[in-house]
Amino acid sequence: MSMKFEFPETCSEGAACGCAESDARPVAVAPAPTDVEHATVNVDPVEVGRRWFLKASAAFTTTILAPGVTLMAFGEADSAHAKPADQPVSAKQRWGLLIDAGKCEQGCKACVTACNEENGIATPKNLATDAQWIRTLQVKNPENGSTFQMPFMCQHCSEPPCVDVCPTGASFRRADGIVLVDRHICIGCRYCMMACPYKARSFVHEPLHDQKPEVPRGKGCVESCTMCVHRVDEGGTPACVEACAKTGNAAMIFGDLHDPNSEIAKRIATYRTTRVRADLGTDPGVFYQNI
Amino acid sequence: MMARITFQKLDDHSSFFWGLLAIHAVVIALGLGAFLYMEHHGHIVTGMNNAIVWGTPHVFAVFLIVAASGALNVASISSVFNNLAYKPFARLSGILAISLLIGGLMVLVLDLGRPERLTVAMTTYNFKSIFAWNIYLYTGFVVIVAAYLFTMMDRSMSKSGAATKTMGWFAFVWRLALTTGTGSIFGFLVAREAYDTALMAPLFIAASFLYGLAFTVLVLLTVCRETRTNLMSEEMIEKFRGLMIIFALSVLYFTAVKHLTSLYAAEHHGVEAFILWNGGIYTASFWLGHVLIGNVLPIVILAFLAGENKVLTGRTGIAISSVLALVGGLAFMYVTIIGGQAYPLDLLPGMEVESSFLDGVVASYTPTLPEVLLGIAGVSVAMLVTGLALKVMPFLPRAAQPE
Ligand code: SF4
Ligand code: SF4
Repeated sequence: MSMKFEFPETCSEGAACGCAESDARPVAVAPAPTDVEHATVNVDPVEVGRRWFLKASAAFTTTILAPGVTLMAFGEADSAHAKPADQPVSAKQRWGLLIDAGKCEQGCKACVTACNEENGIATPKNLATDAQWIRTLQVKNPENGSTFQMPFMCQHCSEPPCVDVCPTGASFRRADGIVLVDRHICIGCRYCMMACPYKARSFVHEPLHDQKPEVPRGKGCVESCTMCVHRVDEGGTPACVEACAKTGNAAMIFGDLHDPNSEIAKRIATYRTTRVRADLGTDPGVFYQNI
Repeated sequence: MMARITFQKLDDHSSFFWGLLAIHAVVIALGLGAFLYMEHHGHIVTGMNNAIVWGTPHVFAVFLIVAASGALNVASISSVFNNLAYKPFARLSGILAISLLIGGLMVLVLDLGRPERLTVAMTTYNFKSIFAWNIYLYTGFVVIVAAYLFTMMDRSMSKSGAATKTMGWFAFVWRLALTTGTGSIFGFLVAREAYDTALMAPLFIAASFLYGLAFTVLVLLTVCRETRTNLMSEEMIEKFRGLMIIFALSVLYFTAVKHLTSLYAAEHHGVEAFILWNGGIYTASFWLGHVLIGNVLPIVILAFLAGENKVLTGRTGIAISSVLALVGGLAFMYVTIIGGQAYPLDLLPGMEVESSFLDGVVASYTPTLPEVLLGIAGVSVAMLVTGLALKVMPFLPRAAQPE
């Protein structure tokens, strides 16, 4: 069955949060609109009370006895309120990036600027604490002095250590390979940042202002590159890829790694590509050429 | 023949006792104030950043949690290994273990980015996460030790001793799991070279023995002063002295093995040099704090300077050594937790990397007052809980009886 992770629509934190989401985690919904609507219409107050009681007692017992079950129980209840999916997220796809460092122009920051703009991230002033979803690495080979530049972001691992260690499951990998943080259940423990081998994640150290409704963020939570999931789900490409193409360098391409006819898959099948620290077994979805 | 052990509560309070409790209460208030301040402004008011994501609060929290499991030692020796000499102190050891754990957990929770979501952490659960397992190890520890205390203190149960023995075993196994779990939090981080070793767990267990004993001894000496009686006989002091020497030696042993095996693996030379040689504050914390103050000095004092007809009495010697061991313990946590993060991740082995995100450079971290206050408040919570518990229930033995 194909599933899609969705963010339901209103945020209970109101002004404090300013995002357009509910406090529920993105739930797996079956793309069966009629069933879902039906469930939402027939709300019986007794049933609501009973459900509430069940939820509460389930929460209580499972806290003590069998955690994990709750996740399923809650997921089921919440899915009744979720919007039907127009495009199912499926494991048939795996979204990925191919970045040719040979085409990345020294000093260019178009991808970084575009990412900040797209996701409502302020240009970093404090380099140690401000969020940076994408950065350019300046690389030097100490043996021969040769240098190059490459953009670097969350590698959207298919064996992501960040997801493995996350105590609440806020870090999750969608079936289509995009790794996200559900900022409504992230408790800000930062264990994922300890575990990520790529230093891909940022912790929000300060209150945020002027957030984009389609990109929920929040103080005290961890975040990282979302591969512009809000654009991808509408059939678009990530902002960095688009910006890079506009400069004429076209160092980045985005696409479905599982589709043998996609440009990205063809190129990976043709050229020698490298994945950063592939030795760690994380199976990244970001491929590099000429590094 | 051994005299029957009787127990007492603290009920005759000196200004010393109230003074101590008041100091701890003030420290806790400051810590909570620091928490509210951090919560309001965000972690920007701490020294933590995107490279050093776990700072001073974690140093204290992990230290207290590790010490908690070690504090149970005395009880374990008495009921699991049937050593009657330790029996008078078994109850104290149990309650101290619970208190230290509560102190550590409080710090851990209040340092979360979103502490108000603690309920989320308890209801949505990722079974793969060792961190999540630890939540269960910790709550389980409190419940099991409480049950263990009950079997010791309940008249009918303690008579046969069977229940106490069973619970004692259970608690003993559980505390080993707990320390292993805590050590594994670091062991699971494949990308962090400093932790890339299976020796983290045994090292943490050895350390827990030492810190737990040091806390137990210091609390005992403090209440001796309060009850104005001698709760520990000279033989007991001798026993604790021997134990502490053994524990400190084993910490040194595992430390040496851990670093020697790491040095053996060529890819870890960088991080080893950083910790052992050119890491500035981290190298200092390692050698001066962990090795010298935390282990070598206590061993020297206990083995050569303290005891009958020596410079120091056994009592003074063990008091000083306990303080040193705890100071060294904090240094050990500092170099392990913060030093391990400060060393940059190796993104492209063999290459030099630079970026706006400060890749390729040693991360800088200076603790700020609020986070230090929060950390110390954890210690005070542990001490306050112990103090109050000693007041309401008979956890303490009466004056030492000659055997
Ligand atoms: S790069 Fe880091 S944050 Fe991204 S999926 Fe991999 S482990 Fe997780
Ligand atoms: S900081 Fe958030 S996303 Fe990261 S491990 Fe903790 S709860 Fe999970």
